[in-house]
Amino acid sequence: MSAVQTASPPQEDVRRRSPMAEVLFSLLRSRTFLVGLAIVLFWVACALFGEHFAPYDPLADDIINALAPPSREHWFGTDQIGRDVFSRVIVGSRDILTVAPLATLLATVAGTALGLLTGYFRGIVDDVVSRILEAFMAIPVVIVALLAIVALGTSKTTVIVVIGLSFAPIIARTVRSAVLAERELDYVAAAQLRHESALHTMFVEILPNIIPPILVETTVRLGYAIFAVATLSFMGFGIQPPSPDWGLSISSNYGMIGGGFWWTVLFDALAIASLVIGVNLAADGVHGAFND
Amino acid sequence: MVFLGGQVLPGNVGRAILGPFADQRAVDALNHTLGVDRPLLTQYWSWISNFVQGDMGTSYIFRSPVAPFVIDALGNSMKLAAVAFVLVVPIGILGGVIAALNLNRPLDRIISLGGLSVTVLPEFVTGIILILIFGVWLRWLPISAAWPKDAGFFIQLYYLILPSLPLFLVLFGYIARMARSGMIEALDSDYTRTAVLKGLPWRTVIWRHVLRNALLPTITVIATQTGYLIGGLVVIETLFRYQGIGSLIFTAARGKDFPMLESGILTIGIVYAVATLIADFLYSVLNPRIRLGSDQ
Amino acid sequence: MTEPAKAKNALELKDLSVAYRVAGRNRAVLRNLSLTIGQGEAYGLVGESGCGKSTVALTVVRYLPRNGLISGGAISLDGQDVMKLDAEALRRARAESVSMVYQDPGKALNPSIRIGRQLTEIFELGGITGQAATDRAVAMLNRVRISDPPSVMQRYPHQLSGGMQQRVAIAMALANDPSMLILDEPTTGLDATVEAEVLDLIAQLRQELSASILFISHNLAVVSNMCDRVGVLYAGMLVEEGPTEVVFNDPRHPYTVALLRCLPRGGQRKDQGRLDTIPGFLPGIGATIKGCAFADRCALADDRCRTELPPLYELSDERGKRLSRCFHHDKAQALPRATPADVAPAPKPAAVPVLRVAGLNKTYASHGHPLRAVKDVSLDLRPGETLGLVGESGSGKTTFARLLLGLVPPDAGGTIELEGKALAPKLENRGDDQVKAMQIVFQNPDSALNRSHSIRHLIGRALKRLAGLRGAALEARLNDLVRSVRLTDRHLAVKPRQLSGGLKQRVAIARAFAGDPRIVVCDEPTSALDVSVQAAILNLLADLQAKEDVSYIFISHDLGVVRYLSDKIAVLYLGRIMEIGPSEEVFSGPHHPYTEALLSAVPKLDQTETARIRLDGEIPSATNPPSGCVFHTRCPRKIGPICEQQEPPLAEAQPGHSIRCHIPYAELRRLQKPAAAATVPA
Repeated sequence: MSAVQTASPPQEDVRRRSPMAEVLFSLLRSRTFLVGLAIVLFWVACALFGEHFAPYDPLADDIINALAPPSREHWFGTDQIGRDVFSRVIVGSRDILTVAPLATLLATVAGTALGLLTGYFRGIVDDVVSRILEAFMAIPVVIVALLAIVALGTSKTTVIVVIGLSFAPIIARTVRSAVLAERELDYVAAAQLRHESALHTMFVEILPNIIPPILVETTVRLGYAIFAVATLSFMGFGIQPPSPDWGLSISSNYGMIGGGFWWTVLFDALAIASLVIGVNLAADGVHGAFND
Repeated sequence: MVFLGGQVLPGNVGRAILGPFADQRAVDALNHTLGVDRPLLTQYWSWISNFVQGDMGTSYIFRSPVAPFVIDALGNSMKLAAVAFVLVVPIGILGGVIAALNLNRPLDRIISLGGLSVTVLPEFVTGIILILIFGVWLRWLPISAAWPKDAGFFIQLYYLILPSLPLFLVLFGYIARMARSGMIEALDSDYTRTAVLKGLPWRTVIWRHVLRNALLPTITVIATQTGYLIGGLVVIETLFRYQGIGSLIFTAARGKDFPMLESGILTIGIVYAVATLIADFLYSVLNPRIRLGSDQ
Repeated sequence: MTEPAKAKNALELKDLSVAYRVAGRNRAVLRNLSLTIGQGEAYGLVGESGCGKSTVALTVVRYLPRNGLISGGAISLDGQDVMKLDAEALRRARAESVSMVYQDPGKALNPSIRIGRQLTEIFELGGITGQAATDRAVAMLNRVRISDPPSVMQRYPHQLSGGMQQRVAIAMALANDPSMLILDEPTTGLDATVEAEVLDLIAQLRQELSASILFISHNLAVVSNMCDRVGVLYAGMLVEEGPTEVVFNDPRHPYTVALLRCLPRGGQRKDQGRLDTIPGFLPGIGATIKGCAFADRCALADDRCRTELPPLYELSDERGKRLSRCFHHDKAQALPRATPADVAPAPKPAAVPVLRVAGLNKTYASHGHPLRAVKDVSLDLRPGETLGLVGESGSGKTTFARLLLGLVPPDAGGTIELEGKALAPKLENRGDDQVKAMQIVFQNPDSALNRSHSIRHLIGRALKRLAGLRGAALEARLNDLVRSVRLTDRHLAVKPRQLSGGLKQRVAIARAFAGDPRIVVCDEPTSALDVSVQAAILNLLADLQAKEDVSYIFISHDLGVVRYLSDKIAVLYLGRIMEIGPSEEVFSGPHHPYTEALLSAVPKLDQTETARIRLDGEIPSATNPPSGCVFHTRCPRKIGPICEQQEPPLAEAQPGHSIRCHIPYAELRRLQKPAAAATVPA
């Protein structure tokens, strides 16, 4: 520290672990995160390799054995046209696990760009855009989806676009408030004092610092995207038959629960529940790791 | 001070106007694709002014004015939402407070993780599971919300318990979480330390010093949940075959009954705006910093 | 007030050890700390950040954070064993015998409860309710010199100024006439004139009340003025203790010796010699310490110091009982300097100014009212010269710096000329050469250095953009620059967060110097740093200036620091220059009454008690500045209606020394004679 160093052992003036390493470390110590991750990975594995393990073809009907209760042949019973519920549950994550992450990705990219721009430039553009986004957020996703699907017809792309665009303002809001806070920090002024361009300041200076809130928001949104995809499928506006999708299966079978055919819906419901909870446990872990 | 209060309120009015405006944009995009294209503002104004006068147009499907349907459905939805709200606000706050007071102990873990888990479940999933448990296996509660004609208050309430539960669960975790983090922040604050070091009994510290500051943010959050609540209503009302605003919009959308659809959505926008307004009002009443401004 | 017979000592800590549990490990914060505070005594506890001062306070009132645990020892408060108290007895002890006041009064008061209620609830604990409690509260507020208590009782904390808030907090602490009052940095963060008032209040209350005081502070001067005895804390251990005057004048532990040498004192200036520094770093919390905790940084240390923990030697003499935890306490003052004092003679500043500012104004809109943050500022700066900007909050010193740099555009009309060429008001419109010629070192390196980038990137990018260097040339210049701020290659690969505060500030300085600037604005560059680190940074700035012939605009609230580095001083109040002139003239006087008050407010280590000047009231709001002379509402030398009606001009009293006051210079000289004599540098 000074011109004349006294005889002393090497100074510990540099902390060994980098901030990113600390975050990873606390992630791996978080039981919540690990449990959540395990559940999600289980369903991802099922989506990828499930058909090799499924005892029956999830799409093959067998009218004679329709609505059979759980038994040794059909662990989870069969549905109204005799398809094996267990096999369908195993592979039922396939569509939701492609549609929901893609929607989240779209929302993150669009939301981050929007949030960076509005937060960095502020002023009238920000006011107007923010107000519009705020108003958008007032409308529930389900209703936006309803309108869009009435207008555009149903397809996976529509679902991705609808969910992505309705989540984008939420991510934009998070990013914007993070950018507003960063903008007040002196390193932004220091960049201006180097005549850096706005793009450089936004993407090289500010963006790396707001990755944590974006990551947290993205994992949380992934949970809600699964929520939304499942709900839309259940409402008949999402994934279409004959997919073994869970929400869709519940939609086509729940009319009969009054008749006691509980197995046609229960296992699908539990599967959705476990996936959503898994994603959110992982998100909670990520949140905790960044905020410790 | 009055000036500052006046600054807060117009902001809300702006939002109140923008809510329905945005709805119209969405609806307008729809009109565009269907070729029903007129200058946006003209259409908007004539429609809005009619709406304000109570004329919501005529339903394509029922061939009769939309207004009675919407008003009826809104009433039904309000009943359902009210049951969920009346239950969830106190219980959610209580859960969050208890969790914070037992921070990092098992009770906190149960409430926090339990709350997190039920909050993120889609309403139809919890709905199905609850129907199976209470309606099909135990047979304690009716699986449909359609109560018999001229049912009294308590009968209606009995029919509404099961449908309101999924809404309750979704909101519970959210409110409990907010209340918990508000509590933790307040408990860790310097003013709580001051209160404790004054020698005040713990109860007094909590009731007088902690709770009020802790729950302020929760109040605003509850209002913003109205939007999610309405989304939830669409699903719940379909699942339980209940004649509310959600199922009205759903049916209208499927049947492409646009006057009905537009009115339903505008109604929701207004309800949302009113809820936000109430929350902002409550917040400013409870927070002297906004109410009084600063003398300096 | 409950026990008829008081224990002999108000507070006794015996072998107190406290640890914080971090990442599954217990990390020691306090190590076998023993100290005793007698009835009615004021004991000061000093030390740098992280030494465990505040932990002592929190342990005494048993309010450690959740992860804190008392791992050994005993605390006796007025004869009561604090560790053995059950919840109810502890509550009663807090209500009756011990109180605490801490930093940041704005947070210590409950934001949603009126002041009156926050006071009366204390009396209610003692069974006094209703009107009686209100009367007691009014009396208490009177006691802390708050005017118009009934109206203050009706207010919420945010409606009071910082000084008032702290008075209320003190009133609350003293409401039940405690036997022990703990003050933890009670004036840190307050403006100098406000701090002086609060310290005076505490000193007066000591006369009136019986409470013993534990005064915790990083500021040696404050403690020296307030306390009878002082303890010096280092790495959670008491290293020296004794009567305040004796310890500060005749220290017997190398750490105390070194700490005192780090402070610019008695009007020391950069051309008279460098400050001494303390090499190395404070041991981190929970570090394993073998031997003397200070050994690694001590030039006197030998092998014994590194292996064996020195005991607390008792060195009592006729001046009182004192202790030192050093084997070499007898020769502590012979501690060799860590930094040589000698300086190369600085080149004489050239006559042509590098910067000329004329008629600079900045008006913000605040809730529809104009707020004149900077009003009609004109000054110039010569190459190699340092201009010190002094003023309290709201004086506009930081705004002025931002105007110069172009970060904020000034109002139309004023001019800024750099080396004879007018600068565009906005940064975007300035040339690259102009931008690199004027750079800044910010107060807080955590905010100023992008935490995502490595040190190499931070400095390298500045070299690329400002010096236009690439490749090998950049690499070579980077190495030079890094060495000139005394960093090493080891520091280049890491992120700012992995470095200590002082090292981070060196990085910021290196970055500012990347483009060979003509002017560097230093905005409180050492106020976030500990004393020992501050000295090293001040030396570095002085060395760089001598080498590069750069000019500084140095902003600080610490007058000692400003005086050390500045050739010229401008004193700002509510956006106006009240006085500007050569550093020595401004400090020695005759000076503006505000400068006089500001100098008088600063607690000094070598206190030769003079007639102190205290300002009444608060700094007025810049949205609604007083008419006439903006200082008239608080001016102790106000001469009459002219001060309220007419704003005095900034008139040249001596060549190069201007004062904005209606009182003629000769008259100021007559009025300030006794005080001026006392502040002339030794």
